[in-house]
Amino acid sequence: MTDTDIQFDKSGALRHFLTVEGLPRDILTSILDSAETFLGLGQREIKKVPLLQGKTVVNLFFEPSTRTRTTFEIAAKRLSADVITLETSRMSTTKGETILDTLNTLEAMHTDMFVIRDSFSGAAHLISTHVPAHVSIINAGDGRHAHPTQAMLDAFTIRRHKGDFSNLRVAIIGDILHSRVARSQIHALNILGVPEIRVIAPQTLLPNQIKRLGVHPYYDIEKGLDGVDVIIVLRLQLERMEGQLIPSDREYFRFYGLTPERLSGARPDALIMHPGPINRGLEIASSVADGEQSVILEQVTNGIAVRMAIMATLMGRQSPSPREAD
Amino acid sequence: MSTQNNILEALEKLKEHLMPFTEHRPIMIGIHSGGVWVAEKLHSQLNLKDPLGTIDISFYRDDFSRVGLNPTVRGTHLPTSIEDRHIILVDDVLHTGRTVRAALNELFAYGRPLSVTLAVLLERDGRELPIQADIAGIHMNLGNEHYIKLTGPEPLALTLLEP
Repeated sequence: MTDTDIQFDKSGALRHFLTVEGLPRDILTSILDSAETFLGLGQREIKKVPLLQGKTVVNLFFEPSTRTRTTFEIAAKRLSADVITLETSRMSTTKGETILDTLNTLEAMHTDMFVIRDSFSGAAHLISTHVPAHVSIINAGDGRHAHPTQAMLDAFTIRRHKGDFSNLRVAIIGDILHSRVARSQIHALNILGVPEIRVIAPQTLLPNQIKRLGVHPYYDIEKGLDGVDVIIVLRLQLERMEGQLIPSDREYFRFYGLTPERLSGARPDALIMHPGPINRGLEIASSVADGEQSVILEQVTNGIAVRMAIMATLMGRQSPSPREAD
Repeated sequence: MSTQNNILEALEKLKEHLMPFTEHRPIMIGIHSGGVWVAEKLHSQLNLKDPLGTIDISFYRDDFSRVGLNPTVRGTHLPTSIEDRHIILVDDVLHTGRTVRAALNELFAYGRPLSVTLAVLLERDGRELPIQADIAGIHMNLGNEHYIKLTGPEPLALTLLEP
């Protein structure tokens, strides 16, 4: 059973959100459309709707995170869910046994949804095969594999500014090799019909088979940014690197940092995006991160709306009652 | 079973009954979609100062766990603050009362109005909640045999359906 199949329940409704890979375009589009309405909630007196009232959402973050964890909490609370966050910096060396123990305990507390981040690729998938039929899992990032909600909020941000995906050139710069964000973004942008996706990185940070994903690799940042509409800058995953994949921070910035000069090669209205947190002066110059074309902070706000849309979509399926067998 | 005349008469009746309210500078708000079509007619006939507001009740429906999230949510758009204002809430058909209940919940998330007056094009039997129209253009008893639906926006027509 592939990752994609397991995301759907017996009646074909989306039950888990583990990866964007393999999802049909209309599902992604309908999530983006729903997110649009949830974004509007920010203007209300009461920024809450009762869609998840009485539901319990547990955030299981086995890897540290501030931004993602917080936006998931806010999203669930704005949907009126009861939210619990467990953070442990446990390394899942036992390949999931420890996670499952924790899970069994939480299930006994009648949880409806788990949002999971773990340093082991496939963690969310593994957990989704062990939960009862009425429970939904959202992958908040698993190892190097996927970060589907980030990809969705990035797609949402791009759509809000550029409208149509079918005319865009998108460049992703940075540590593609270690990046679950990049992988999910590539899948999402492909599914949504972006005709040209470029990845820009030193050879040591690009996976060998990257062209199989339908992207164009560039080792030269100036060439890579030429005529581009959207630039997504990734964080150097220093904590994930083993061995000398880059000579030094300064060397990286010298060749691959997004500076105002390099930015000028892209289209004048090119969007600057970054999943955060940013390393100023490492992958991006401060002036660019804070400049007019940057939508980095807007991505965070959009993240709440998009995560609300995903949670509401999953919980809104006709779920069997906890007592029914799968 | 619908006639254009029935609807025109009903709109005329609503307009007459709502006219006295206009001195309180009410904000008219239609409930998507049928209520908005009706409200558009009334709003122009009554010459209200504030633009028409629209409410989408998708987030307050009580059947979310059965029907799920509607991806074509149009959203609620209120032209101005409803705080301390008189509201005329408009819908096409009042049946169980659940739509109006949801609309009130949605409305009160935006502030505290001074009053809410419910005007419906057609009210029929089958109330499941203690909710009544203040003004109705047409009254009808249909029992459990039929549903009645407003189609539109042009032309507006009432159609009788089997369940």
